Amino acid sequence: MGFSITKYLNKYSEASTLAFFRLAFGFMMVLSLIRFVSYGWIDKFYIQPQFHFTYYGFGWIKPLGNYTYLLFFISGLAALFVAIGYKYKLSIITFFLSFTYIEFMDKTTYLNHYYFITVVSFIMIFLPANAYFSIDAYRNPKIAFQKIPSWTIDILKLLLGIVYFYAGLAKLNSDWLFEAMPLKIWLPNNSNLPIIGSLLNENWLHYAFSWTGMIYDLSIPFLLLYKRTRLFGFLLVVVFHILTKILFPIGVFPYIMIVSSLLFFNSDFHKKCLQIISRLSNFSITVFENGKEKIQNFNGIYKTKIVFLTCFITFQLLFPFRYLLYPDELFWTEEGFRFSWRVMLMEKAGYTQFIVTDTKTKENIMINNSHFLTTFQEKQMSFQPDFILEYAHFLHDYYQKQGIQDPEVRVESYVALNGRLSQKYINPKINLAKENETFHHKTWILPFNDEIKGF
Amino acid sequence: MKKILLILSLIVIVVACSSNEGENNSDGNNYDRTALLTNWADNIIVPSYINYQTKVQTLVTNTNTFVANPTEVNLQTVRTSWLEAYKAYQYISMYNLGKAEEINLNIASNTYPTNTIGIESNISSGTYDLALLSQLDKQGFPALDYLINGLSTNDASIVGFYATNANATNYKQYLTAVVSKLKTNIDTVVTDWNSGFRNSYIANNGTSVSSSVNKTTNLFVKNFEKDIRTGKIGIPAGVFSSGVKYPEKVEGYYKNDISKELLNVSIKATQDFFNGKHFNSTTTGEGLKSYLDFLNVIRNGQKLSDIINNQFVTIYTVTNTLNNSFSQQVNIDNSKMIIAYDALQQNVIYTKLDMMQALNITIDYVDGDGD
Repeated sequence: MGFSITKYLNKYSEASTLAFFRLAFGFMMVLSLIRFVSYGWIDKFYIQPQFHFTYYGFGWIKPLGNYTYLLFFISGLAALFVAIGYKYKLSIITFFLSFTYIEFMDKTTYLNHYYFITVVSFIMIFLPANAYFSIDAYRNPKIAFQKIPSWTIDILKLLLGIVYFYAGLAKLNSDWLFEAMPLKIWLPNNSNLPIIGSLLNENWLHYAFSWTGMIYDLSIPFLLLYKRTRLFGFLLVVVFHILTKILFPIGVFPYIMIVSSLLFFNSDFHKKCLQIISRLSNFSITVFENGKEKIQNFNGIYKTKIVFLTCFITFQLLFPFRYLLYPDELFWTEEGFRFSWRVMLMEKAGYTQFIVTDTKTKENIMINNSHFLTTFQEKQMSFQPDFILEYAHFLHDYYQKQGIQDPEVRVESYVALNGRLSQKYINPKINLAKENETFHHKTWILPFNDEIKGF
Repeated sequence: MKKILLILSLIVIVVACSSNEGENNSDGNNYDRTALLTNWADNIIVPSYINYQTKVQTLVTNTNTFVANPTEVNLQTVRTSWLEAYKAYQYISMYNLGKAEEINLNIASNTYPTNTIGIESNISSGTYDLALLSQLDKQGFPALDYLINGLSTNDASIVGFYATNANATNYKQYLTAVVSKLKTNIDTVVTDWNSGFRNSYIANNGTSVSSSVNKTTNLFVKNFEKDIRTGKIGIPAGVFSSGVKYPEKVEGYYKNDISKELLNVSIKATQDFFNGKHFNSTTTGEGLKSYLDFLNVIRNGQKLSDIINNQFVTIYTVTNTLNNSFSQQVNIDNSKMIIAYDALQQNVIYTKLDMMQALNITIDYVDGDGD
């Protein structure tokens, strides 16, 4: 039979699936932004700190003072418009830009699920998600379609599959599988939970959780893909994410994953959900049941779009493997660690004592990190080399302004990783003010002296 | 469809139930944080406070005797009871909790170097309120050190300040005021522990940032890092001033031959607390050590608790080579001070980094999301 790309690109599916996802995604974004604001985190993370850790090449993205609140408001409003499908294209672009800006303001708060949201919202810019059950299509029946190209739904499924599968691959390492690290450190902290609490100190349970977690992540995309195992797969998704929600402080991520995985269900399900919603809101769904297919015009722009998205997906598939280009242990140097779906793999903490030296007088200043950083920033900085470097440059600039001549910045630092005894982390002789951020290996990170085998 | 809805409603139920998690029942194999806190409160913290309170009471009595009859003999008695109380203080300096935190007991008791100019101006004016924040560096043991050891180089003329000096009344008044302040402070704290704080301290047995285990452990680490490593060794040895040494910033500067003794007592207090050792007894109970051992924390093939205790042994070996007077040690051979600093620093790292990580105690006061 063979697989033909042209045939595939001309395959159509019910638009209700994508509309359902748009609605669910939009509302979840609204809720998570409201949650973020209500916890006072804008102030704590973006207004209070006097210094922010930026992403290499994105140093110009900074919090906007009190306008940061406005930024969150714009993002939330855009998410709401995405949900109801009002001025969809503009809304999803606004949401993608504002959310990504927020995410890049300070890498202290880096989370894989923020990156997931960025990637999903970026792809959604290119999808006809307002063809069905949207204000746009309701007001302009010309853009209302009952059927849309299948790839516009499959691309989201593929992305979700990548997240799970790569998270599973990352668990194929000796610390996770043979030492049950870091779960061995984390799980006992919940031993005051009812029923399962007392088990959480058991060593066998740490291994059981590690191995099931790995098998779960690797197999879930396939279980959701095949009709026969789909319901079972979804049940696992629910159980797994609820369990992680109870055990770890991971915010809204479990809910986002649970709702996203509904994407794999048959379009009948999505249509029924939308019908229920429309009945509740006195809004008739029949307008969209026009039997029309959104016939694609394979012109230059459309072809460019397909090629571009193909490249983007290829990039997504390859980017997590960039760590292979770096020497020494990934968990130790963290070179190529972020944006790779490496979730909950490490218990890593550090201790840093920075020393600023005046080149001329040789006078030393011992830095009290809490003068410059919040406790959260200090915690994240202490074990990540790019944070340490950026902070060292901040100290250099700060003390130069204070009149110290050509300040040299050194650090005495220790890091403990996944149940190993702490060891020296950064070469204490190196003047970090003279080192610059690059994509090359940072030679001033001291060797790990151990090996974690696997992905 | 129905099945999916069934599952979704299950989610709601599970989430609803999980959000009001049962509070801290300590059954089965769980580490018993209530037993840990009970041991800390009943066998370590409160007995240390009571012992300190007794020593301060003796100091008050002897000071009263001296003030009524300023002789060199009576001055000696004050000095002896001052040193005893100062040593007893080393056992309570890490419990900056509850009332002690509220009334700044630590800062009021042991801020050194003391503010001698401020003390003299208080004495000559005769009006001061030691409860004010601005007065925290003009009282406590370092102020007493100045008043009973530092006014002159010979004892006869020190006694003279309280007997024949034109301002003798004011000197007597100030000495009495500083000693009384120590007493009111500790009395307030002991009363508070005995009237309810003990129970609420033990009842707060969870794992949150504000839980008793979390707070006490953070204070334990902070005391060891800031008050012992930095204050007693690091600052005089010039570690924080690019090698510029400060022999006048040692603890007990005016008495001058007690800085090593005070250091060793404070390290012993730290180690005893780590091991859950009952105050003034050889019995040990639940403590950070037993908590680590319960979690079976092995690092490099060795129990982390043993690694930490071995480092304490190293620390004693190093500190025992030091001169009784750190002012002299700093001037004679500062390298020994640096070696002592490094030995202490290693245990700061073992406790603050390795131990806190193993116990999963956060030093983060913002509860952000993780992933």
